[in-house]
Amino acid sequence: MSGADAGPVGTASGPGPAPAGGAAAAARADAVSDARVSRDAAELRFRDPRRARELASALEGVCRQIGRSPVSVMHVCGSHEQSIAKFGLRAILPDPLDVIMGPGCPVCVTDIPEVDEAVALAQDGVRIASYGDMLRVPGSAGSLSDAQARGAKLDVVYSPADAVELARGTDEEIVFFASGFETTAVATAAVLLDDPPPNFSVLSSHKYIPPVMEIVAEMPHTRVEGFLAAGHAAAITGSAIFERFVDRHGLPVVVAGFEPLDILAGLLTLVELIRDGTPAVVNAFPRCVTPEGNRNAQGQLWRVFRTTGGRWRGIAHVPNGNLRLRDEFARFDARRRFEIDVRRLWDYAPSQLTQVCICGDIMAGIAAPTDCPLYGEACRPDTPVGACMVSTEGTCRIWHQYGGHPDL
Amino acid sequence: MERSVEGRAAGAGGTGARGNGSGPGVADAVTLNHGAGGVPMRLLIEETLSAGYLDHPVDGIGLAAMDDGAALRLPGGTWLVLTTDSHVVHPYRFPGGDIGRLAVAGTVNDLAMMGATEPLGLTCALILEEGFPRAELEAVQASMVEACREAGTTVVTGDTKVMGRGEVDGIVLNTAGVAVTSRVVTDAGLRPGDRIVVTGTVGDHGIALMARRHDLEFDEELLSDVAPINALVRAALEAGGEDVVALKDPTRGGVASALHEMAEKARVSITVREPEVPVRPSVRAAAEILGLDPFHIANEGKALVGVRPGAVDAVLAALRAHPLGAEAAVIGTCGEDHPGRVVLDTGLGRRLLTEPIGEPLPRIC
Repeated sequence: MSGADAGPVGTASGPGPAPAGGAAAAARADAVSDARVSRDAAELRFRDPRRARELASALEGVCRQIGRSPVSVMHVCGSHEQSIAKFGLRAILPDPLDVIMGPGCPVCVTDIPEVDEAVALAQDGVRIASYGDMLRVPGSAGSLSDAQARGAKLDVVYSPADAVELARGTDEEIVFFASGFETTAVATAAVLLDDPPPNFSVLSSHKYIPPVMEIVAEMPHTRVEGFLAAGHAAAITGSAIFERFVDRHGLPVVVAGFEPLDILAGLLTLVELIRDGTPAVVNAFPRCVTPEGNRNAQGQLWRVFRTTGGRWRGIAHVPNGNLRLRDEFARFDARRRFEIDVRRLWDYAPSQLTQVCICGDIMAGIAAPTDCPLYGEACRPDTPVGACMVSTEGTCRIWHQYGGHPDL
Repeated sequence: MERSVEGRAAGAGGTGARGNGSGPGVADAVTLNHGAGGVPMRLLIEETLSAGYLDHPVDGIGLAAMDDGAALRLPGGTWLVLTTDSHVVHPYRFPGGDIGRLAVAGTVNDLAMMGATEPLGLTCALILEEGFPRAELEAVQASMVEACREAGTTVVTGDTKVMGRGEVDGIVLNTAGVAVTSRVVTDAGLRPGDRIVVTGTVGDHGIALMARRHDLEFDEELLSDVAPINALVRAALEAGGEDVVALKDPTRGGVASALHEMAEKARVSITVREPEVPVRPSVRAAAEILGLDPFHIANEGKALVGVRPGAVDAVLAALRAHPLGAEAAVIGTCGEDHPGRVVLDTGLGRRLLTEPIGEPLPRIC
C-alpha cells in the first residue's frame, strides 16, 4: 500500500474458506440462537459459563491435535486484552496456547516525537484538546500533564466533536491531538468534513493497524502463528482487508468480537486453522463485521487521511502505519499551521527508568509485562514509566488492574 | 478509626500530580490517592500517621490492628469500643442520602464492625464555611436525627467551628461513637474453610455518587445504600454466635479492598464467585459505561461477614429476614493456597481481584 492509494482493499470477496472445523462457528451460532435466554439475554448469551467451558474444552482438544507447545497467537487490541483479563479467560485456556497482546494500544504506540510536538505546542500557549489517556503519555521532556502543571492549557475531550465544540466557543486556537487506530480516525475525519471553525486544527498521531501486522509477522524472533483481529476496527475496514496479509504471510486471521464467548470462539477457529495449515481470513464476528466493511466510513477516512511511514513507539518504523491529513486539509493540519520546534525539549534528560522500560518488546509480543523489572514496582498506574502502564488499553496497565496472569 | 469517608475525586485527566517514581508510599506531599482507601492510604497510615503511637501499650485492640475501631478492655470482662470518622463528600447531598446520614451511618457501622451493635452515643464536630445556607444545615441536621433514630442512638456532645469563605468547602463533619460489648469481632478472624457473606448489593453508594457527578441517568434510579446496619449485624451475631468470626464494611476501596485486608490479616486466600455477588442491574450498567469495577466501589450500608461453615445457613437466614439484608448472599470461601490473595472466579475463568489504586475514575478514552 502506498500514499494516496493506501485505501482499503476494496474487494468484496467472501470471507475466505469456511472454518475448517466447524466447532467454533457452531458453538457461536448455538450461543446466539439459544432460546432459553429470555431474561437478561445479552448477558447470558455472551457470558454463559457452560458455553465457555465447552469452548475451552474444544480448544484443549485442538491444541492436543496440534501436539506442540507453545501455540502462539496474537491479538492486536487493548479491548481484547481487557476482556481476556477481566473475565480471567487465560485460566481456562489450554496450557500450550499462548495468547499474546501485540501493538494494540494506540496511546502506547504514539511515538515520543509525536508527544513532543503536542508538548511543544502546549508550552507555546496553544490550547490542546485530547483524550484523557494521552495527557499522561511521556515524551522526551515529560507528558502533556507535566506541561499542564507548568501552566499549559489542556482540555480532556471524549470525541473530536467535543474539541470542535470547544473551538466554536472561543477565539483561541484549539489543536485536537488525535490518537487512535482507523476506528477513531473516522471520527476525526468526520469533523474535518463537517466544516469545522477556522481556529480548529488537528495534530494527527492516528495509526493504521494492517501494516503493523506485517511488521510483527516478519520480526525475526516472532513466534506468532495467527492473528485475532479486532472486531470494531474490522467493522470499518471490512474483514477482506486481511486477505492480502494472509496471502503474503501464510498466517490465518480471525476477526473476533469482545465478549468472552466471542474471544473463545475466535480463538477456537484460529487454532483450527493453524492445526489444518489453512491460512485464511475468517470472520467470527458477523453480527457486526462484513467482508467489505463500512464503505461510508472508509470513504470519509480516505478522503481526509493518507498513510505515511513512521515510527511506532518501541516497535519499528512501520511503512504506511501513520495516518496524516491530506493536502486538501492542510489548513486544518496543526503541523502545517504552526511551527513546531521540538528540539528545545531535548535539553531535558529523559528519566533513567525509561532506559529500563521494555514497552517496545511487550508491544511486539516478545516479552510479557512480568518480564520487566519495573512492572508493579517503580512502574505502576499511579507512577507510570512506560506508555503501556498509562493507557487503559496498555498491556501492563490491564495486567496490573486484573492481577496479571498468575497460576490459579 | 482511620477513615475519612469520601475524598473528593480528582478532576478527569488529573492535574499532573504524580509521585516521584517512589511507588505508592508518601513522597514529598500527600496526594488525593492517599485518601482513597487501598494501598497508598494504608502506607500513609503505617509510615506516618501511626508513628510514635504504637510504642505505648494498649490493653485491647488499638491502632496497630488497623481495624474499623478500637476496643479497650473494661473491668469485668467487657470491652469499650470507639471509633471516629471525618466526612467530606461531594456533592454533600446525593441520591439516597446526604453527609449527615453518611456520618451517623459510618460511625455506627464502624462500631458494629467490631461486634458492638448498641452504640451508647455519638459526638458530632462540625466545621462550616461562612455563607453555608441555614436551610441546608437544617436538612443535614434532620437526616442525622433520622439516622440516629434508625440506629437507636443519639448525639450526646459536639463542637462547632465556622471558617471564612473559601477556607473550607461547605461543610465538614466529624463523628465519633462509643459502645460496650461482651465480645469483640475483628476483621482478622478468618481461617481456611470459612465462608464470606455479603449483606446485600454491592457498589450502590459509589456508583450513585459517580452517576450524579457525571449526570448519568438510568431507568432505575441509582441510590446510595447509606444506612446504619447495626441491627442487621446484631441479627447475624445472634444467629451465628461465636461462629461469626470476622466483620468488615466495604466502604472506600469497595469489596476488593475489604477482602484483601481480611485475607492479609488472617493469612488465608479468599475465592469469590462473581456470579453469586449481588449487583443491581443499573449499577452494573453504570459501572460498565463508566469503566468501573463494582468491586472497587464504596458501599455505606453493607458488611462482609466471615462465618464458620456450620453456621452459614443460620446467619444467612437471619440476615435475609431483616429488611436491609434481603439480598444477602454467600459469595466466597477461604482457602490455604495463595495466602493474602483474593481470587475471583468470574464464572468464565479465574483471576486475581486487585485492590483499586486511588479514587476510581471513569474511563476517558
